[in-house]
Amino acid sequence: MGTLIFLVSLFITKNYIGYIPALIFLAAVVKISKVPFKFIVKGMKAIVFLLSLSVLCNLFLTPGEPLVSFWKLSISREGIKTAVFMAIRLTFLIIGSSIMTLTTTPNQLTDGLEKGLGFMKVIKVPVHEIAMMMSIALRFIPILTEETDKIMKAQMARGADFESGNIIKKIKSLIPLLVPLFISAFRRANDLAMAMEARGYRGGDGRTKMKPLKYHGNDAVAYIILLLYLAVIIALRVLIK
Amino acid sequence: MEIVKTEKLTFEYIRRDENDNVEGITTAVDNVSLSVKPGEFIAILGHNGSGKSTLAKTINAILHPTEGTVWVDGMDTMDESNLWNIRNTAGMVFQNPDNQIIGQVVEEDVGFGPENMGVPSEEIWKRVEESLKMVGMYDYRKASPNRLSGGQKQRVSIAGVLAMRPKCIVLDEPTAMLDPIGRREVINAVHELNIKEGITVILITHYMDEIVNADRVFVMDSGHIEMEGTPREIFSRVDELKELRLSVPQVTEVAYELRKKGLSLPFGILTIDELVESLNKCR
Repeated sequence: MGTLIFLVSLFITKNYIGYIPALIFLAAVVKISKVPFKFIVKGMKAIVFLLSLSVLCNLFLTPGEPLVSFWKLSISREGIKTAVFMAIRLTFLIIGSSIMTLTTTPNQLTDGLEKGLGFMKVIKVPVHEIAMMMSIALRFIPILTEETDKIMKAQMARGADFESGNIIKKIKSLIPLLVPLFISAFRRANDLAMAMEARGYRGGDGRTKMKPLKYHGNDAVAYIILLLYLAVIIALRVLIK
Repeated sequence: MEIVKTEKLTFEYIRRDENDNVEGITTAVDNVSLSVKPGEFIAILGHNGSGKSTLAKTINAILHPTEGTVWVDGMDTMDESNLWNIRNTAGMVFQNPDNQIIGQVVEEDVGFGPENMGVPSEEIWKRVEESLKMVGMYDYRKASPNRLSGGQKQRVSIAGVLAMRPKCIVLDEPTAMLDPIGRREVINAVHELNIKEGITVILITHYMDEIVNADRVFVMDSGHIEMEGTPREIFSRVDELKELRLSVPQVTEVAYELRKKGLSLPFGILTIDELVESLNKCR
């Protein structure tokens, strides 16, 4: 939940000053989480391409007074400004969310979601079911990946071609892959539902938790800090135009 | 009192077309009556489509009988109010280990059953520890199920059922998707549970060598129970088994053929040691 607020806060910020509290906040979180810095840098590597692409786009495509121009491209003052701005924003986004995934197990995540959204039960939103679906989906990702690989190899063995041709041809060649994948996914879902029922699953009511999610004093402090941070960001946005 | 009892149990799969008209009826289980006493190790044998899996599912109240009755520990499976008690009494392990593991960590999966039953957290931890120790998977409690071998996954599934403290476990071809080592692991674990914990076991399989140590064997074919008896009795009827498209363990078959050729060997030899001993006596 905190991560979500942080991400939203990044979009609220419109100027450089707004990033100062964000930077402080992020640095503090990184420090507390004890995630080695190397890990975060490694996570950044994956998005370098995306990052540079967006920087380039912003650099060249933002209209404004041209500083340097060659051929049809021109770099404007505003372009540089937005490019740097976007780069910082993206970096912060990635670091912020990777900290969450590095420190929280998927189960804690779904548990937290279930609890955090618990108030929605009042308006008949099936929160428990959604959380359960999420955790099952997470559990089945590696299994389905494996299955895709298997089907692909089986079809390649019978002469299917997934690699040549243009994009449209490639996409078309995926259709015979998707059909068996869906069938097997449905079969798995059926089996799983039966296994869950056999083990007495009957929805969220009357269930206990093996690892109940308990909020300690720390969590309360974390929430307060988070709210303070949010207030600062909003204040900065309103005050400095 | 019997832990599982069926009387004139019949189950039909009804196929319907789009307009809900009955297209055809397949009788999967036909007029089966059997009873299982607490603590017994029962094996149900049969080739594909003989109705053995359907029979298993009626015991766990996943399927309801079309005709006849199933009692689990005295509870009628047709009675909706008994449903959850029945599922807690007769746990079920399925064929594909991947499709029955719900948790992302071994211990969380084992805790799933008790969580559903509403057992308090501390008690769940105790049960999880106990069950994992029983199947010898305690060292893997923090592992991800995706990284385990088939046999290990299946033992985790068994632990998941054990954590519900059932009186009876129904295993529906638990070894069909495993390699020989995995099969041995699982079968040994099941036998240990039967002997040490006194849990009733109903093992459904088509591997002959897995039933050698069972107390009683039922052989099913096209929905009927064709044979019933101790493994020794069953295996002495090699020709009948072959007619039902079932094979006997290698040792038994060798002994059977030797006997046919005139050696004075006893019927229903089950282990290599037995055969060696009998052969020594022959000389």
